[in-house]
Amino acid sequence: MTAPRSAAARVIPIVPVAGEPQMVSLYEKQKKIYPRSVHGWFARWRWAMVWLTQLLFYGLPWLNWNGRQAVLFELTSRRFYIFDLVLYPQDFIYLTGLLVISAYGLFFFTAVGGRLWCGYACPQTVYTEIFLWVEHRIEGERGARMKLDAGPWTPNKLWRKTAKHAVWLAIGLWTGFTFVGYFTPIQTLWAEAFTLAFGPWEWFWVNFYGLATYGNAGFLREQVCKYMCPYARFQSAMFDHDTMIVSYDTARGDPRGTRARGADLKTLGLGDCIDCGLCVHVCPVGIDIRDGLQYECIACTACIDACDSVMDKMKYPRGLIRYATQNGLAKRLSRAAMFRHVLRPRVLIYGAVLVAISVAFVVSLNLRHTFKVDIVRDRMTLARLVGQGQIENLYRVQLMNATERPQRYHLAVQGVPGIALASVGGAADAADVDVLPAQARWVTVAVRVSPQAAREIGPGAHPIRFEVAAADDAARVVRERSTFVVPR
Amino acid sequence: MSDFFSSGWSIYIAAATILGLVACLWLLIIAARRRVMADDNTTGHVWDEDLRELNNPLPRWWMWLFVITVVFAAIYLAIYPGLGSAPGSLNWTSVGQHREEQAKAHAETAPLFAGLAATPAAALARNPQAMAIGERLFANNCATCHGADAHGSKGFPNLADTDWLWGGTPEKIKETITNGRQGMMPPVAAAVGSAEDVRNVANYVLSLSGSPHNSIAAQLGRAKFAVCAACHGADGKGNQAMGTPNLTDNTWLHGWGEDAIVAMITRGKTNVMPAHGERLTPEQIHVLAAYVWSLSNAPATAAQ
Repeated sequence: MTAPRSAAARVIPIVPVAGEPQMVSLYEKQKKIYPRSVHGWFARWRWAMVWLTQLLFYGLPWLNWNGRQAVLFELTSRRFYIFDLVLYPQDFIYLTGLLVISAYGLFFFTAVGGRLWCGYACPQTVYTEIFLWVEHRIEGERGARMKLDAGPWTPNKLWRKTAKHAVWLAIGLWTGFTFVGYFTPIQTLWAEAFTLAFGPWEWFWVNFYGLATYGNAGFLREQVCKYMCPYARFQSAMFDHDTMIVSYDTARGDPRGTRARGADLKTLGLGDCIDCGLCVHVCPVGIDIRDGLQYECIACTACIDACDSVMDKMKYPRGLIRYATQNGLAKRLSRAAMFRHVLRPRVLIYGAVLVAISVAFVVSLNLRHTFKVDIVRDRMTLARLVGQGQIENLYRVQLMNATERPQRYHLAVQGVPGIALASVGGAADAADVDVLPAQARWVTVAVRVSPQAAREIGPGAHPIRFEVAAADDAARVVRERSTFVVPR
Repeated sequence: MSDFFSSGWSIYIAAATILGLVACLWLLIIAARRRVMADDNTTGHVWDEDLRELNNPLPRWWMWLFVITVVFAAIYLAIYPGLGSAPGSLNWTSVGQHREEQAKAHAETAPLFAGLAATPAAALARNPQAMAIGERLFANNCATCHGADAHGSKGFPNLADTDWLWGGTPEKIKETITNGRQGMMPPVAAAVGSAEDVRNVANYVLSLSGSPHNSIAAQLGRAKFAVCAACHGADGKGNQAMGTPNLTDNTWLHGWGEDAIVAMITRGKTNVMPAHGERLTPEQIHVLAAYVWSLSNAPATAAQ
């Protein structure tokens, strides 16, 4: 380090270390993971989440509301129906809001309880769970599956494999069908399915989404979390020493070893871990939780359930593997003491922001206008002289009805002395425009200023304001700004 | 292809593309195997005293994704343009695709337009669907000059009133849209006489429509109006066959008042309505003409 820099480039010394070099492949063949099925308190929670999320996903498109599908995103007409709401593409801000809420929700829950999203709610986990259940039903438990895969192609193997893939494909395609059902009325789609009368895009998306489900949940599984998922990586970055993560209590468990039931641990010099390997067998990402926190761990808690069942058999207290904080394990904190550490600045700030944004979201959604107005100056000349020297400007006004009833809107204009509407939609002295349910309509609006007023305000662009009110509710006024041009 | 000055560039780009693909595969192959230390799974290199490189292998299926991209690129380059100026086996061009889509759209709307083309303009004006089509055609093709409300402005005629330069029947409107029009007012100040004479004629012209004017000047200008009468007629009512405007009404396309008229006589003006026969089909022009005709003839509510 202290040597003077020579004119030549600095040479980094490469020092060989001990051992014999060996050629290896840098592309690793993936070892298939055979997770053992697991029962217990957390498994029940996981299944409850599977039911909840999937009832919502598969069920929602079949729900009707006000004589139409309750949740329908119509891409051709660009109207997004969510129960009573009719959203326009201009309402994109609400989607942004939803994404910000989701992000802060993720931050908040991750800071408190680690990768809760990954373990319980992520579609990748949920569909893998469903597909594993199918696999277990058809091919049997972990050992049976390994034997089946290693064995020759017998008629038994052929049928089991065929049956498994058929069921997987069916679930996948049903998922794809449901997905498309959010964008095309699902009842019509269902009728079309029987005559195979899908349009080209419907065919594509049903199959694409269906096969993606089949591939992701059937084959890629933990590979998605390990190599593709960006959330997996940044969630780990939000852990701290007071985050409740799935942990193995090393101090209590080690040294590990087999022993007879009821054997005296003190004389054997062993910890509580009997080294049965069950926590490794149930792990869907193929890690050993006893090695500590690893980036592959999706916090599915299968190892907790597996270990608790073993502890019960051994008549040891539960919780050798449990939700615990790194501080808690290091300082031997009690459960209550660990929970007290949950309320730390990071969690409070995430929580406060989450609540604030959620409240703002709900309030703004409730206060939103049931119609929108867009003012575009006409593409013709900026201004023209009409009649006895009056100045006229033309505007194209788009009125967007976000209700499912026909509406009448009343237009007015302000901002320059003596400014008045000359015609609306080609009709002189009119100020009302009718718009059909959930439709948008363009009308041409001419606005005039008297010659005296024009001289008074002088040439140039003057800010004006259009005021549009719903005829049945004069209190709801939308104000849109534009300019009025007086020529030189 | 006119994209390149020399066909050498095309070959150069094709060669660079192919070499790039080959290099990708070559990289995948040479990076496939590596000498690592048998005991600690590192490459055996040590940097900066204690930094060692761990062998952390890529999943093999991920490597296949790279291979698939190369295969995809090869197939793509074979069937689509991409290798220099080679057109690819499908002979695809963006212009061709545009034409195809246009032809498809025309074929889809043809039955509709065939029905509309067979209907006289007066009947179309009462057909809300036809008028909605007409309004869209107008917004896309005419509104830039004539305004979204068709009221025009200085130099651009008002299409919603009953005053027509070239005739206001649906047939004449169709002719105007299809072939365009060229209105030409020659500079005739020299023929009229002195600047004083020009001013007198301007006042006479103003008097024809009952606009405020100097009546003495108008009397003096009356005789000189003979120069104008050749086109505008002795009574100044214009001639739709020539597109000469009526000077006795209150429509002033190029500006009202003595100064504007003097400028017109002195400098003249050529005003052009471009032809749309190439841009629009005869059926579209039929519907568009009916829409324009309806603006001054049918109740405006028909369009709604």
